Amino acid sequence: MSNKIKLVSSEYRTVNYVTGPLVFLKGIKGVSYGEMVEITLPDGKVRNGQVLEISEEMACVQIFEGTQGIDADKTTVKFKGEVAKIGVSVDMMGRVLNGFGKPIDGGPEIIPDEMLEIAGSPINPYSRAEPRDFIQTGISAIDGLNTLVRGQKLPIFSGSGLPANELIAQIIQQAKVKSGEEFAIVFGAMGITNREASFFQKNFEQTGALQKVVFFLNLADDPTIERIVTPRCALTVAEYLAFKQDMQVLVILTDMTNYCEALREISTAREEVPGRRGYPGYMYTDLSTIYERAGRIKGKKGSITQLVILTMPDDDITHPIPDLTGYITEGQIVLSRSLFRRGVFPPIDVLPCLSRLMNMGIGDGKTREDHRGIANQLYASYAQGRDLRRLVAIVGEEALSELDRKHLKFADDFEKFFISQGNEDRTIEQTLDMGWELVSAYPDGELKQVKKEHIAKYRVKTKTE
Amino acid sequence: MLKGKISKISGPVVIAKEIAGARMYDVVKVGDMSLIGEIIRLEGDKATIQVYEDTSGLIVGEPVISTEQPLKIELGPGLLTSIYDGIQRPLPEIAKKYGEFITRGVNVTALDADKKWLFEPKISVGDEIGNGDIVGIVVENGTFEHRIMVPPTLNKLHKVTKVAKKGEYTITDTIVTLDNNVEIKMKQEWPVRIARPFKKKLDPDLPFLTGMRIFDTFFPIAKGGNAIIPGPFGSGKTVTQQSLAKWADADIIVYVGCGERGNEMTEVLVEFPQLVDPKTGIPLMQRTILVANTSNMPVAAREASIYTGITLAEYFRDMGYDVAMMADSTSRWGEALREVSGRLEEMPGEEGYPAYLATRLANFYERSGRTMCLASKHERTGSITVVGAVSPPGGDFSEPMTQNSLRISGAFWALDASLAHRRHFPAINWIKSYTLYVDQVLNWYLTNVGADWKELRDKAMFLLQKEVELQEIVQLVGPDALPETEKIILEVTKIIREDFLQQFAFHDIDAYCSPKKQYWMLKVIINYYNAIAQAVERGVTLQQISSLPIKNEIARMKEIPLDKAVEVLTHLADKINNEIVALEVL
Ligand SMILES: Nc1ncnc2c1ncn2[C@@H]1O[C@H](COP(=O)(O)OP(=O)(O)O)[C@@H](O)[C@H]1O
Ligand SMILES: [Mg+2]
Repeated sequence: MSNKIKLVSSEYRTVNYVTGPLVFLKGIKGVSYGEMVEITLPDGKVRNGQVLEISEEMACVQIFEGTQGIDADKTTVKFKGEVAKIGVSVDMMGRVLNGFGKPIDGGPEIIPDEMLEIAGSPINPYSRAEPRDFIQTGISAIDGLNTLVRGQKLPIFSGSGLPANELIAQIIQQAKVKSGEEFAIVFGAMGITNREASFFQKNFEQTGALQKVVFFLNLADDPTIERIVTPRCALTVAEYLAFKQDMQVLVILTDMTNYCEALREISTAREEVPGRRGYPGYMYTDLSTIYERAGRIKGKKGSITQLVILTMPDDDITHPIPDLTGYITEGQIVLSRSLFRRGVFPPIDVLPCLSRLMNMGIGDGKTREDHRGIANQLYASYAQGRDLRRLVAIVGEEALSELDRKHLKFADDFEKFFISQGNEDRTIEQTLDMGWELVSAYPDGELKQVKKEHIAKYRVKTKTE
Repeated sequence: MLKGKISKISGPVVIAKEIAGARMYDVVKVGDMSLIGEIIRLEGDKATIQVYEDTSGLIVGEPVISTEQPLKIELGPGLLTSIYDGIQRPLPEIAKKYGEFITRGVNVTALDADKKWLFEPKISVGDEIGNGDIVGIVVENGTFEHRIMVPPTLNKLHKVTKVAKKGEYTITDTIVTLDNNVEIKMKQEWPVRIARPFKKKLDPDLPFLTGMRIFDTFFPIAKGGNAIIPGPFGSGKTVTQQSLAKWADADIIVYVGCGERGNEMTEVLVEFPQLVDPKTGIPLMQRTILVANTSNMPVAAREASIYTGITLAEYFRDMGYDVAMMADSTSRWGEALREVSGRLEEMPGEEGYPAYLATRLANFYERSGRTMCLASKHERTGSITVVGAVSPPGGDFSEPMTQNSLRISGAFWALDASLAHRRHFPAINWIKSYTLYVDQVLNWYLTNVGADWKELRDKAMFLLQKEVELQEIVQLVGPDALPETEKIILEVTKIIREDFLQQFAFHDIDAYCSPKKQYWMLKVIINYYNAIAQAVERGVTLQQISSLPIKNEIARMKEIPLDKAVEVLTHLADKINNEIVALEVL
């Protein structure tokens, strides 16, 4: 962002005090806001940091790898004269990098084609192009009811122990667009376990996707503050691949909950006025500078689609992390513990799910003319059935009308057949047809959400009583 | 030149020292990159500045220069169809000059100073004119009469000494000269934080029609009124605001995307030019101005975007137009206030919001209203209707933004996540919502829609209220325990909910529903209720009633095209009566 070039970078030995991940330095001159910092510890180890605040008296620097071992005497601090940047290149595909973008797979150094600022700049809203290309994920709950399009940002709200990783792996494996173009994948892992990381790596190996993946890896035992830069590095590479190399990029970020914890840690150390549940008041804005880096741009071929995993603490969707995310992303896929317990895979609770860009990607010529109507009908019927489950528990099934019993049965079948699909890869036609098969249990008059002519065309006749 | 130096940088907040003489709210240029900022606090020779652009790269000691002017916007021909950022920089120009990603220190003007407009004078030499008087007109986009007014800065009436002949002029050419040598141009400027003056406020008595049944029939507001739409994410704030921007009967729409998604602005930019105003047949974009300061754009400019929007609205109101402003979302504005306040280390109030939140909100909503416009002749009225989205954290309406907005606004359109989850759209909760404008607009409805409009509406509301009570009973003892007279209430409220209140924003016919059609749809339903109530009294069973195919026709009322609606629905009402009367007791 800064277009100033300093000829000499400056070095200091003026650490004043250290708190949490922050170091405060005295007597600093000519340092710029957001500038990168290199800290050399008494034992010669080098750490990275960034200026968070500067005044005439003091500079506050956040240290990405933690402040352990930093002292006031011997530690030297070097200001690098520029904001955080990452060297990008197509050769990053097939490589494993740390949370900062340094190779950790034993392979050669990456020779950058360009150095780009990881903070990025906002896309001019006027320059955006509408995302509208349908991505077939092969998963009915997504394709049929919460359709994903190229350029969308869609998180998966998971709970601890729920199979979000498996779902993501299946989506990566099955995702297709009509034009047949393949996705390049940028994977940003923040604070995930070794087991999770190797699950994905093995998966990429098995499916032969490895050569298309840029893997940023910050593991659970890696420095927490590094997680602040990992998604930004990943997205900078993604922007390069999408908007300079014309690629269709799928960015996977997991787990954003760990990212937000790192954000909270810094905020606490700075003694900022905390917002809800201790997260900083600017978390919405901060998250938006990550999520809004998805999309399409007028006149460019490439696109960035974001699939984000976050773990809802305590399965609570109103927790600030899922809440603020949902306010920014273009919908959400919500996993349910109760479906998971009942052996439904993927355990997607479709009622709180949403794809805000669905309408752009469906309909005649994209998926099928009846898509909107059948999706609405499935929702309406399922919601009725779900409501009735509660009632039945109290008054028993006998007290219900015939229609209500149909709703109940529908809800069960819908979960059993439509939602639960295991490893099956379904085409959109299969998904929609299955929807029609399920609603065909109702008389025509009950199918208020679908067009009359579609009932005539798609309703499964054999089921009519 | 008033100049100081940067002494501290913390996010969007910068402190400048040695800048004695600087004034509150003056705009400053910060650092070597000349970032735009505004002074928000003064202490001795120190000024605290909120910067409208990303501050990375600024260095302590760099210069800060005051423009000695408050934050102003440009007003004149060329505003319509524009898309601006929060401080009125035109985004298409920025894209053209600097590329697809927004850079800093950009230098562009809000209005095209080179473009020539055909100006037609409406006054002559020797006329005495004053603040707000219309000196001439420019026809914008072939249809919109842009009224060029005397900027409201004169102290008294003045004689016109010179008037430009009808012809083509730029917005900076002098078109009128007064006897005090003041030169009037087509462009004027106005500081956004100060409300533009008017003659007096009037009581709003005309409805602000939206084409949405839940609003026009159940919770109408008046032109010049205001409403808030609070709701958790995904409940329909944006779709509702966009629907209002499309179909509401306003002359001008100012749509402020305040700290929300980039793609939602793209949507408006792509969709609006293709849609036409049902009243005038003119593309909707031609009455629209967009202010887009998305969530990832600088937070201080987000704070300003609301003021930029309302000032644009006031300018068109002053011409005598009905303007509607949508603010999506006012919560992001509140959060911007909170963020800056936090950096100023002010004493935090509830949930970290500054103590002045309520005052700022009140001052903003106070700028809506129906007014007698400023003018010494040719009296005219104008109005600004404000609809503000509110995004409560976790969907909890007890939080400060919702509560403070609720105290000020005249209507509360409460969105409900559980309705949205079951795809009942618009997901406005008919029990929690309210409006204070019914009495004011009643006359209009009775005269223009139907003499029994109020009875029908009240009856429907009564039934829906009753449904809540009955549902509670059902949850305890099951539906069978209800007597037939109450079962039919549930039967009818289901119809009201599904066949009247549900209205998909993307439906080709039903997206917009005229007040007349709304009235007839409701009349059919209430008629049906009365008919079946009588039938049940005669001993007809609910089973018999609900198997009548007529119900399917009620369910498809939405799909009746507007021009045929009254005819078809009148017929349907009769048919219902006949068929139900004909039912025989088994
Ligand atoms: N009136 C409506 N008609 C049809 N769909 C709607 C309507 N209101 C909301 N929706 C659906 O709900 C989704 C979320 O609505 P949106 O207005 O974006 O929510 P919010 O702004 O409250 O987060 C939309 O993408 C759309 O699918
Ligand atoms: Mg919204």
